Amino acid sequence: MRYSLFSLLGNTLGGHKGWKPTWRDAAPKPAYDVVIIGGGGHGLATAYYLASRYGVRNVAVLEKGWIGGGNMGRNTTIIRSNYLLPGNIPLYELSMKLWEGLEQDFNYNAMVSQRGVLNLYHSDAQRDAYARRGNAMRLHGVDAELLDRDGVRKLYPFLNFDDARFPIQGGLLQARGGTARHDAVAWGFARGASDRGVDIVQNCEVTGITIVNGRVTGVETTRGPIAAGKVGIAVAGSSSRVAAMAGMRLPIESFVLQAMVSEGLKPIIPGVITFGAGHFYISQSDKGGLVFGGDLDGYNSYAQRGNLPTVEDICEGGMALMPAIGRARILRTWAGLCDMSMDGSPIIDRTPTQNLYLNAGWNYGGFKATPGSGLVFAHLLARDEPHPAAVELRLDRFARGAVIDEKGQGAQPNLH
Amino acid sequence: MRIPCPYCGSRDVSEFSYLGDAAPQRPDPSGDASSVEAAFFDYVYLRDNPAGPHRGLWYHGAGCRNWLVVRRNPSTHEILEVALAAKEPAA
Repeated sequence: MRYSLFSLLGNTLGGHKGWKPTWRDAAPKPAYDVVIIGGGGHGLATAYYLASRYGVRNVAVLEKGWIGGGNMGRNTTIIRSNYLLPGNIPLYELSMKLWEGLEQDFNYNAMVSQRGVLNLYHSDAQRDAYARRGNAMRLHGVDAELLDRDGVRKLYPFLNFDDARFPIQGGLLQARGGTARHDAVAWGFARGASDRGVDIVQNCEVTGITIVNGRVTGVETTRGPIAAGKVGIAVAGSSSRVAAMAGMRLPIESFVLQAMVSEGLKPIIPGVITFGAGHFYISQSDKGGLVFGGDLDGYNSYAQRGNLPTVEDICEGGMALMPAIGRARILRTWAGLCDMSMDGSPIIDRTPTQNLYLNAGWNYGGFKATPGSGLVFAHLLARDEPHPAAVELRLDRFARGAVIDEKGQGAQPNLH
Repeated sequence: MRIPCPYCGSRDVSEFSYLGDAAPQRPDPSGDASSVEAAFFDYVYLRDNPAGPHRGLWYHGAGCRNWLVVRRNPSTHEILEVALAAKEPAA
C-alpha cells in the first residue's frame, strides 16, 4: 500500500479497517544472494538500498530480537553532519542529504525535523575549534554558522549565559541538523525493503558463520542454516562477538551510553542544544519529553544499563546549562551499547574472509548515519568496492596509521 | 556499581577511573621490524572485547590511589575479583 492523503481519507471513511501490516514478517529461505546480520537501522537501510538502488533483491535481514529493538530504539534521535575531518564529512553529509529526501523516497513519515543543532562554546579555545570545524564543513559544502553570544541569546534566551565556570560565549549552528523519529526510520526502511522482496526475519539469531576455503558460504542460525553468496555484518554493539565467529579481532570495545527522557512539557526547546564543556545534549520530542544525555559510562560493558553516577553527572550538566528544567521529572533512563572504535570513526570494509563484509564502530553516533551507512554498505556489497564517500573508512587504516581521529583522543575508546 | 578495593573496602564506582583492558602487554620493541610492527598494532588497537568475564585496569583516584586489576562481567556489572595491579603477574 502506498501512503498518501487519499489512502488516509479512504481508510478513515472505512473505519481504519483497511490498513495492512507495514512489512512482511518473513520465514527464512534456505539460501540468499546476500544475508545481512542485524535488523537495526543500518541493516535495514542496507537492505533497502540494495533492493532500491542496486537491484539486489534476493536479500535477507536476520535479527535476533525484533527489528529496531537494539540501538535503533535506544538513541536520542539527533541527525547532523557537523564533522571536522575529510574522511568523515562526505559520509555524514551524504547521510544528511538522504535524510532530507528520505520520507519521499521510502513513502513513510519518519518525522524528520530540521530544527537545527547548536554546539555551544564557552572559551576562546573552544570558539577557535568550532570556527575551524565550521570552516571545514563549509569547504565541503555543508552549512555552518558561527554565532556569538547575542546570536545564541536570540535563539535561546533561557540558557544560563552567566554561569560562573562555563559562561556561554556563542555556538556553532548547523541549521539543517535536527531530529527524526527513530522507530519510524526502522519501520520505513523495513517496509521499503520488504516491498521490494527483501525477507526480514525476526527472532533469528546468528550463531555461526560458515567459511569454506577462506570464503563465506552462509550462516548458522537459531532457525537453521542459511546459505549466502555474501554476508554483511551490521550489529553495532555486538560487532566483536559476531566478528569472532569469523575468527576476527576488531579495534573495537563495547561501552554503554545512557540517555533519559523527562515527563511531557509544553514546547520549550525548539532545536538541539549541546553543551560541549560539560558534555550534555538536549532536544525536545514531538510528544513534549525532554530527551537528553551526556558521556559514556566510561568502562566497557554489554549490560544495556548504566550506573547512577553518570545520570547524576548528566543532570548536573543540564542544570548548569538551563536551570529552568530543574523541576522536570525524569520518566525513564536507558543505555544503548556503543561500538567504540579505537579512533572514534566507523569501519565499513571487506574483511580478510572473502565475501564477508563489515559495517561497525559507529561509536555513539550511528543514528544520524543510518541512511548514509546503508547506502555505502549496499554499494560495497553490490559492487565489491567502497563507495566514494567511505573510501577512508577502511578496516586496515589502523595498521596503516591512517586513523580518522575526529576527537583527537587516540586509541582510547572510552574517551571518544 | 561498587568496587571492593583491597585497601579501602567497597567504594562507589565514581571514585575510580577506568584505563582499559588489562590483557594487552607492551611488546618487546627489539627484533624483526615487521613482526614488531604487527605486535604493536595488536597491542594498541585489537581487543577481545568479551561479553563474559574481563580484566580491566582501574585507578582509585578518590581513595588509596592504587592501580587495580578488576575482573568483572561486563554483561551483568558483577565484580568477580579485585587485585592490586602491582602484585599481578604479567599475563
